[in-house]
Amino acid sequence: MDTKLPNPVRPAFEKADREDAVIVNIGPSHPATHGTVQVIAELDGEKVVRADVHCGYLHRGFEKECESHTWHNLIPYVDRLNYCSPLINDFAYCEAVEKLLEIEITPRCRYLRTLLAEYSRVADHLTCVAASLMEMGAMTAFLYLVTIRDFIYEHTAALTGARVTHSYGRIGGLARDLPEGWLGRLEEILDQYEVFVGRIHGLMDRNRIFIDRTRDVAVLSSAEAIHWGYTGPILRSTGLPRDLRKDVPYLAYGELDFEVPVGIKGDNYDRYYVRMREMDESVYMIRQLMDMLAPGPINVDDHRCVLPEKHLVYSEIESLINHFKLIMDGPKVPAGEVYSAHEAANGELGFYIVSTGEGTPYKVHVRSPSFVHMGGLHRLFEGYQLADVIPTFGSVNMIGGECDR
Amino acid sequence: MASKAIPFGPAATFEYISTKKDELVGWARKFSLFPYPFVTACCAMEFMAVSSTPYDTDRFGAALPRFSPRQSDLLMVVGTVTHKQAPILKKVYEQMCEPKWVMAFGACATSGGFYQNYAALQGIDKIIPVDIYIPGCPPRPETVIDGIMKLQDRIARSKHPILTKNF
Amino acid sequence: MSPSEVLDRVQERLAPLVSESSFSHAMLVLVLPPDRLLDLVQVLKVEFQFDLFLDVTAVDWPGQQPRFEVVYHFYSTQHRVRLRVKTRVPEEDPGVASLVSLYGSAAYMERECHDMYGIAFRGNPDLRPILLYEGFVGHPLRKDYPKDREQPLVPYRT
Repeated sequence: MDTKLPNPVRPAFEKADREDAVIVNIGPSHPATHGTVQVIAELDGEKVVRADVHCGYLHRGFEKECESHTWHNLIPYVDRLNYCSPLINDFAYCEAVEKLLEIEITPRCRYLRTLLAEYSRVADHLTCVAASLMEMGAMTAFLYLVTIRDFIYEHTAALTGARVTHSYGRIGGLARDLPEGWLGRLEEILDQYEVFVGRIHGLMDRNRIFIDRTRDVAVLSSAEAIHWGYTGPILRSTGLPRDLRKDVPYLAYGELDFEVPVGIKGDNYDRYYVRMREMDESVYMIRQLMDMLAPGPINVDDHRCVLPEKHLVYSEIESLINHFKLIMDGPKVPAGEVYSAHEAANGELGFYIVSTGEGTPYKVHVRSPSFVHMGGLHRLFEGYQLADVIPTFGSVNMIGGECDR
Repeated sequence: MASKAIPFGPAATFEYISTKKDELVGWARKFSLFPYPFVTACCAMEFMAVSSTPYDTDRFGAALPRFSPRQSDLLMVVGTVTHKQAPILKKVYEQMCEPKWVMAFGACATSGGFYQNYAALQGIDKIIPVDIYIPGCPPRPETVIDGIMKLQDRIARSKHPILTKNF
Repeated sequence: MSPSEVLDRVQERLAPLVSESSFSHAMLVLVLPPDRLLDLVQVLKVEFQFDLFLDVTAVDWPGQQPRFEVVYHFYSTQHRVRLRVKTRVPEEDPGVASLVSLYGSAAYMERECHDMYGIAFRGNPDLRPILLYEGFVGHPLRKDYPKDREQPLVPYRT
């Protein structure tokens, strides 16, 4: 190479402390670090003595974009935060703005949002488990899980129009109602899901190689987990049953019957198993919600944020002007600030929104679980082997869009 | 009707053999692509989907990823490349040996997507040459397969000097 | 104790330290000058079990003095309640005490806030850029940084 390329990061340690230690660079273009995290590890033989985790390679300036777009225009940006479960991000953001507007969504919208949030959670956990199993060499498990995930993608594409980044939530409701036959296909997919996940349990749960690679690796205690800010399945795998859906119920979670699975030791195996059980609980919740869906309007009847019906826009002048103002200037959200958190697939996803009464936000900050988890990740690497870095990283489910925003 | 001179002689024979050689090498190269998935963001979900059932890329010979740039010939840049990631992308591109092709997968790799700000590189063609751009945010797997097929056509039609600079 | 009882007790106990306390959309908000921050957070962590440090961020109010408002969020896993702590720092000396001695998760979050706004967290040993890269000049989330000003690391081809 004739040009010297600059190094975008400054490592925490340049030279190893000891004579015979080696410093190795993993990433950031690495299949197992989900392409955007760099780990600089100091090794003593095969054991990792110190690790320095560098994220930020996918920092796309989400918060700066927020300050120059209307509240509605941000929904596609918010989707691409945790792109494995985009509907959860949509609904968390919409709920934060709805809190500022002080509107309450309709019952049908509440149940539908809960159903779709759980559906997205299943897709996210499928992706996480599939990727981490593939990185350990279990290609068959990856293909089974991605097949089910593909059914989910096609199914949500029938509802929202897009396979991955749906942009389906709207402030005050949802983009559109369920099409014909959607719930029937949902039943079929859930039955197929059970067949496929049964196969994964058969392949993985008592697999000698899998247990050897993941049991007692990257053990985390509950106190340490809270000290380092872990929430979500990782905190639950340490034995602490903290789940925002039970502790501080939002949407329709207060009316549902579900368990919060917890692990025993907080190692990689427990994180895998907690995610598998959470998927089962999500499917159980979806089945309950399918019966609870009652007919009714999807969007709340509030002209400040909900676009009027198309036939009114074309016939009445007030609706036309309302539509025009909402699209060009954005809904005028009253001044104030709010912090609203949902239990995303990775943990507590919080939106801190500051508004000054305009149609564009003054500030939107995302409290992303993946970013906080990266802060404590070096503790999970230290003391274990270099080859354990891969399953540990996979079990933490770092999503680049969410971590770096 | 004026008769066209029928070319023959050593130059014409050389051209004929060279064209046939290009066709053969082009056919071999296009059906044995070794992608290097430079994966960063949301397009990774569609990349995973297009590599597995039912939209298999294995039928095109382009499924087996090589995670080392020295062993791969198709650089698939999947997802947004930020300015922080740009030196890494350039380094990986320069480490690949000829012949190599670059695929810009998704709107962000093509032109920065809708991230028009200080952090995102507005298209990877600002730092490396690109052979095929696949639009979409993220592109449907069928679009990706269409892109791979167009790239295969391009590989089939191009010249492949293997022994010397001209042959 | 129910969440609202906990918040009432917190409000009462911390009244001498804060300059203002109110409820905003059902969340307790405590405003205080920056020098009392570490003591307040110590009390919250030890006496009221606010063990999960959620977030630190800043808001830029360019017309006002002091310019930056640093906002903290805490959550108590035992009482299942959240609260917000706000403090103001001026532009000339945007420094506030770091919480790394109390919470491990503060390290990365303070690094990000420093990167984006330039808030100096005194006591944090490692304030390297985390979301931005070495060589980036400026703090992008400040209101006077133009959104489109790119600082490329690799020279462009054309």
